[in-house]
Amino acid sequence: MSDLRQHAEDIHDQFSDHLDVTVDDVEERLTTLVDEYKVPIDEGRRSVTNHYLEEAGLEREDIASGGSEAVSVEDIDEEEQWVDITAKVIELWDPRSDSVAQVGLLGDPTGTIKFTKWAKSDLPALDEGGVYELRNVVTDEYQGRYSVKLNSTTVVEELEDDIEVGDDTSEIEGALVDMQSGSGLIKRCPKEDCTRVLQNGRCNEHGEVEGEFDLRIKGVVDDGIDAHEVIFDAEATESLTGISLEEGKEMAMDALDTTVVADEIREKIIGTYYRIEGPTFGRYVLADDVEELDGPVDAEQLLIKARSM
Amino acid sequence: MSQAELTREVARRVFASEFNDSTYTFKESDDERAPNYALLPTGDRANRAFIVGTLTETEDVGDESEYWRGRVVDPTGTFFVYAGQYQPEAAAVLRDTEPPAYVAIVGKPRTYETEDGSVNVSVRPESISIVDDAIRNRWVVETAERTVERIEAFEEWEAEQEAPESGSTAPGNEYAQMAREQYDSPVENYRRDVIQALESLEDLETPA
Repeated sequence: MSDLRQHAEDIHDQFSDHLDVTVDDVEERLTTLVDEYKVPIDEGRRSVTNHYLEEAGLEREDIASGGSEAVSVEDIDEEEQWVDITAKVIELWDPRSDSVAQVGLLGDPTGTIKFTKWAKSDLPALDEGGVYELRNVVTDEYQGRYSVKLNSTTVVEELEDDIEVGDDTSEIEGALVDMQSGSGLIKRCPKEDCTRVLQNGRCNEHGEVEGEFDLRIKGVVDDGIDAHEVIFDAEATESLTGISLEEGKEMAMDALDTTVVADEIREKIIGTYYRIEGPTFGRYVLADDVEELDGPVDAEQLLIKARSM
Repeated sequence: MSQAELTREVARRVFASEFNDSTYTFKESDDERAPNYALLPTGDRANRAFIVGTLTETEDVGDESEYWRGRVVDPTGTFFVYAGQYQPEAAAVLRDTEPPAYVAIVGKPRTYETEDGSVNVSVRPESISIVDDAIRNRWVVETAERTVERIEAFEEWEAEQEAPESGSTAPGNEYAQMAREQYDSPVENYRRDVIQALESLEDLETPA
């Protein structure tokens, strides 16, 4: 098949729902521009697309620009691509801005990716745990991390089948150099499906509630090249520090203060080297597997290298 | 939240000899809140450092309020650590710890000019923890490795400057360039420090 024929088919696909037009018609228009008038193919394609847009009374945003392609989450590695993905909503986060209707994390068998749904897109709400086919979303990049944006041209279709979500597993090795606020003994909102961490006894969504205790660490593991933010859940925190959720509660009760737990944890972990494995959620790595690096280190290879430089 | 707050500064691994030579500081933008960096002579910027060494002396050098100075020694030299009322936890560790002890410090490089016009570099700690010799030895190897990597990148850049027509694909290295402009000490000095640091570990492992 000639290149022109292929381009003609791509354009035809975008309009077949809107216009009674054949691939031959499209190809003829393209051939005239490209072969006779020596217009570069990109420009020719653009021009033919515009012609049909006008004929159909559509806006450019109404059609998939260049035809969106079904991709896996792990294949998203370029910004401003129009793609289709089938993914499960793993987590919904609080939108930080009124222009955002929903923000959260999507996952498919190959990994996870952040999504943003604009308020003005006027799309149905996505539910946590729901599986959706999302057609015509656009990719974006910020500081090396990719996301997808749902816009007014996106088609959302809920699917019945559940899908398995694969881990974007990271392995990091380094020193724990900081413990962030919100670590130690915390309280979470008890409302169903809301696990937000309370600030001064208040949930962002549900106001003043009787919180439930949880134990976690938000730490920074740094190898001198990159600083990674790592979350240790109650189980990981216990294996790291020997402090269980129950013991944490007792410590806080004895001291009449929850901050004693964070203080004790900090003392045990800061300055210690760890190897951590776990899935990546946005900017955080969730510590599934933690190993303290306290064995001897081999200096000889490095010494040979340094001497020979 | 601004973008600057979202990006956490890495804690560089740097031996005392190089840290104390990092007398040139700069900002990347005119923004008042832009982070301050010390320029490492091997060609990198450091807003923060992770240091492990032996705390050998502590002294309260403050006048009105407590101001603690600690000397922390690694195989190449001594870090000077200062903690006062704005670093209460770190100050408490310096007050309460009986030297000698191995300590791990996360902190920021700070420079000050002395009366004779020379510039001293010290550490303003964010945290100080008591650690063991396994952590200390791991840090020495890790710091040696990071330093070797910086020296390698510096030398690649240097080779590129000397033979630009070779069409080498070595990446640009703005901090190597800055280091060449600001400092006189050759990076070879730091390679010797790396070797000395690693040899000190070998001695520990093969007792005579």
